Amino acid sequence: MNKVRILIVEDEENIRRFVHLVLAAEGYEVFEAVSLQRGLIEAGTRRPDILVLDLGLPDGDGINLIRDLRTWSTIPVIVLSARSYEADKIAALDAGADDYLIKPFGTGELLARVRAQLRRQHIKASTGESLIIFGNISIDLVKRSVNRAGEVLHLTPIEYRLLTHLISYPECVLTHKQLLHAVWGPGHIEDTHYVRVHMANLRKKIEIDPSRPRHLLTEAGIGYRFCRLEKYQSNGGTTSAISVANCSDFPGG
Amino acid sequence: MSDDQRPDPDKLLQQVQQEEARKKRGRLKIFFGASAGVGKTYAMLSAAHEAHARGIPLVIGLVETHGRAETEMLVADLPLLPLREVSYRERVLKEFDLDAALAFSATHAGGSEPPLILLDELAHSNVPGSRHPKRWQDVEELLAAGIDVWSTMNVQHLESLNDIIGGITGIRVWETVPDTLFDTAEEVLVVDLPPDELLARLAAGKIYIPAQAKRAAVNFFRKGNLIALRELTLRRTADRVDTQMQDWRRMATGGATGQPVWATRDALLACVGPGAGGEVVVRSAARLAMQTGLSWHTVFVDASSQQRVDEAARQQALRALQLAQDLGATTATPTGAEVAEVLVRYAREHNLSRLVLGRRPGRRHWWGMSLTEQMAELTPDMDVLQIPLPKIKQEGRKTRWRAPGSSSTRWQGYAAAVAVCILITLATTPLHSVLELTNIVMLFLLAVVGVALRYGRGPATLVALLGVAIFDFFFVPPHLSFNVSDVQYLITFAVMLVVALVIGQLTASLQAQANTASERERRVRGLYQMSRELSAVLLVEQVAEIGAHFMMAEFAAKSALLVPDDHNQLQIQPGASAGVDMAVAQWCFDKGEVAGRGTHTLPSCACLMLPLKAPMRLRGVLAVQPAQLVQTSLFTPEQRQLLDTCASLLAISLERIHYIQVAQASTVQMESERLRNSLLSAISHDLRTPLASLVGLADTLSLVSPPLSVPQTEIANAIRQSAQRMITLVNNLLDMARLESGKLRLHCEWQPLEEVVGSALTACDPILGVRPIEVRLAEDLPLLHLDAVLFERVLINLLENAVKYTPADKAVHIGAEVLGDNVCITVDDEGPGLPAGREEAVFGKFERGSRETATPGVGLGLAICRAIVQAHGGRIQGENRMEQGRVTGTRLIITLPRGTPPLDDGSQLHATLPDKDDV
Repeated sequence: MNKVRILIVEDEENIRRFVHLVLAAEGYEVFEAVSLQRGLIEAGTRRPDILVLDLGLPDGDGINLIRDLRTWSTIPVIVLSARSYEADKIAALDAGADDYLIKPFGTGELLARVRAQLRRQHIKASTGESLIIFGNISIDLVKRSVNRAGEVLHLTPIEYRLLTHLISYPECVLTHKQLLHAVWGPGHIEDTHYVRVHMANLRKKIEIDPSRPRHLLTEAGIGYRFCRLEKYQSNGGTTSAISVANCSDFPGG
Repeated sequence: MSDDQRPDPDKLLQQVQQEEARKKRGRLKIFFGASAGVGKTYAMLSAAHEAHARGIPLVIGLVETHGRAETEMLVADLPLLPLREVSYRERVLKEFDLDAALAFSATHAGGSEPPLILLDELAHSNVPGSRHPKRWQDVEELLAAGIDVWSTMNVQHLESLNDIIGGITGIRVWETVPDTLFDTAEEVLVVDLPPDELLARLAAGKIYIPAQAKRAAVNFFRKGNLIALRELTLRRTADRVDTQMQDWRRMATGGATGQPVWATRDALLACVGPGAGGEVVVRSAARLAMQTGLSWHTVFVDASSQQRVDEAARQQALRALQLAQDLGATTATPTGAEVAEVLVRYAREHNLSRLVLGRRPGRRHWWGMSLTEQMAELTPDMDVLQIPLPKIKQEGRKTRWRAPGSSSTRWQGYAAAVAVCILITLATTPLHSVLELTNIVMLFLLAVVGVALRYGRGPATLVALLGVAIFDFFFVPPHLSFNVSDVQYLITFAVMLVVALVIGQLTASLQAQANTASERERRVRGLYQMSRELSAVLLVEQVAEIGAHFMMAEFAAKSALLVPDDHNQLQIQPGASAGVDMAVAQWCFDKGEVAGRGTHTLPSCACLMLPLKAPMRLRGVLAVQPAQLVQTSLFTPEQRQLLDTCASLLAISLERIHYIQVAQASTVQMESERLRNSLLSAISHDLRTPLASLVGLADTLSLVSPPLSVPQTEIANAIRQSAQRMITLVNNLLDMARLESGKLRLHCEWQPLEEVVGSALTACDPILGVRPIEVRLAEDLPLLHLDAVLFERVLINLLENAVKYTPADKAVHIGAEVLGDNVCITVDDEGPGLPAGREEAVFGKFERGSRETATPGVGLGLAICRAIVQAHGGRIQGENRMEQGRVTGTRLIITLPRGTPPLDDGSQLHATLPDKDDV
């Protein structure tokens, strides 16, 4: 199998350098671009498997790059963004990004996200899977039934649709808007409380401790992420290195 | 048709607005009687006793007992407002104290019952120097202040009946009350006494009559008079009741009666001519308007510039106009030479289909048609009503002559006329043999034209007459005799006279019209110039200057511009030349009504105060002090119009300046906002980027080969941790700066609290470690309107705080419950608690529990929490959890308003959507 190719589009030299170092150390083939234009060219010529993209580029908004890219490619895009710019992140996700990282981020965090996206790619490649298992939950997509520790869970149609929509994009951040569009249709993308109310109900049925969810995670102000792994270390550190090591042992898909 | 049955929404709205205005206003109750002595005051006081017993806060403003014992007894038990002492012409008079009454009501305002004031004799005239000349104006102010008033009044004091009663009884009273006040009164209670009983009471000496008026009063109290007065009283009241009945019917049918009471919105036009009689027309029109319920206009066609009109007669007409205004008419003074045409034009413009004119017996226009006939000719489709006027006395007519300018120029004119005639005679006598007689005639005609142009009609007529006489005497043979040799000359004289007179008249009236036109043009130019100057100004001082300049140029009047400061207190602008009574100006500003000289309010003031009404609000007051030489206290209607125009121009300029200032301020604010935002984002970018690199690069050290030694790994970790701490600090500082700027925009959405708590706990996972966390959220928690990101930050900060100050194995409890209209969220720890007495202080900036400690942080966390919670409309406070007198930990409580969450959660909606397979 070929090496996984990753393209980094980032104008800040030091960040680019350490992201490169980390990913290269992990055995990926890494390409760099410093501007939006270069990024598009590199994406076209190098055909990367994953794109790591900074939103604030000197020659334009990274969101435009995502839009361009999405016209001809479905590769995972991980966005790097500063904190407190929720609107930018939502715009990037709505434009087609799959995940985001808030600067500053640790190496462990970065690697975890990259692996998660790669894993997702792998799942995608082997479609046809009709039984999805995470934690003590198993979902049979053919029978449309959900079991928890062997017992049948009764989900409302909305809950079932929310759940199946989320698990069909594992490790991806789905915005409220995207979920509303998928479940309620285009007329209700402003009624975010719809999603929230049903999400809360869904958590009560799926999660062991709904106030400390493990699979249906909230991205405050943005949306939700379905995490198939037991634990997601969001704020890296020395501890995260360990959890990342654990993660990498987990068989993907 | 069904359309006709539907209530007119505009009318309904108007009705509602009127209702509301009425609710705010005080209610007036009038005890109405036919004459003195029927027992109005007694009835009022008896009713007051009952009201007093019911607990209505009332006070007697002023009651005249006239020494009657029974009445005095009634007064004794009721609270009395002390009277104001006014010194007038070296005597001290006692007068009703309006300010004390307003103060009394202010202390009783807001109670269940509005305060009530009793005021006897509604028609009374106040002592000169009082705020209002008439008591009924005091009453108006009391009503406007929301105070109920009870008062008494005799029928003869009603304005519209004044002249009729004067005619019946032969005694004219000068103290009158406008009918509008009577008609808008909430209640009118007739106090009735049959004439015989009244006379009996008079005979028994129960009716007090001042000694000096005794004889007149005895004449007044004749049985015939009393019967007539009683009838008028009852009939007038019946009219009022009838109107009420009609109103009630309109209300009862919701304003949608099948038969509209008035098919068309036509109205009356009362025409006032110069001289006496105008008031008769006005009163008749007022009565007519009241009976038919029509609105009415009153006009005085001011032809003074074209025709000779006596100034006194003109003033009389203006007074009649003023009276009409008081009686509720819309007034105007159009100008023009042809009275009939002007009237018809006015009537057509305002859609007035009934004209009310005065008819004076035997008075005719010089060309033979009376005004009424002309009107009938011009307007075959209008009703013309004629009101008979009393015949003008002869001595009144003598002074009807008016020439433009003062009397000295008038005599100059006649002197000049004589002089011109003598001059022509002297000049032509030597040339008598050379000049044809026709040319001499021409010279005289030329003189007529010249004099008419220069001095007007009168002198021109004199020249014409003198000219014919001189021509006959000196030039027509036989000379130096009025005899005429040839009869043909008689024709010459006749033609000469007629031609001279006509030329003189035409020239003079042309000249007068030209004068009027140029006067008007000058005025308009003045206004234009002022508005042009005003359009360029940027400062209030400049407006004041331009206004003062205009006043001086146009009216030769001193003026002052007063503009309110931030506390709505008027301040005189520089450049003011008039001496301003600040109290009057402030009154004018507060009430938004004209005051001072020539008005109903404080007419003794030297200045006329005009409120400057701009579209949005009052912008100030213009005080105008007419020059001392101008003795007429009233401005003429044109002058008032000009003044009003000028005032509104000034007001608009002031408003414009105000908005310029507002715009400038907001531009500056926006600019500084923009600057702050760009500075903040620049700082946040420039600080975070290197820190992000630092964290990342420190991490990367562990990945390089060959692997680092153990001490090197430790150093790398230390670098990373320090950088991480630095990032937290920078984040906090930037958040605080953003919150401090006061322009934080919340992105609130309805959401379950559980979700925010969950995401905060997930975010805090690394620092919480194995620490036990207990989450207890009440089952019935409603959705809360929160900014998820910011509120997550609050919870993270509180959790971080708990972690920072408590040992690693101590539990943290998060709870939430509904308390009334609020939701109460608590975060408890099991640490040492807050330092006693500093429970509030920990929320300050750069505050920490204890000053000297190794615990990292700058103490911004809780300050940020407080700012965010307050932005959500809630509060946050801290306390120590006590158990058996021992502090067992800290409790931080967030109270948020519950709001009204949306009921719809999309479940219903989804059911209707077609089911589609997403997976």
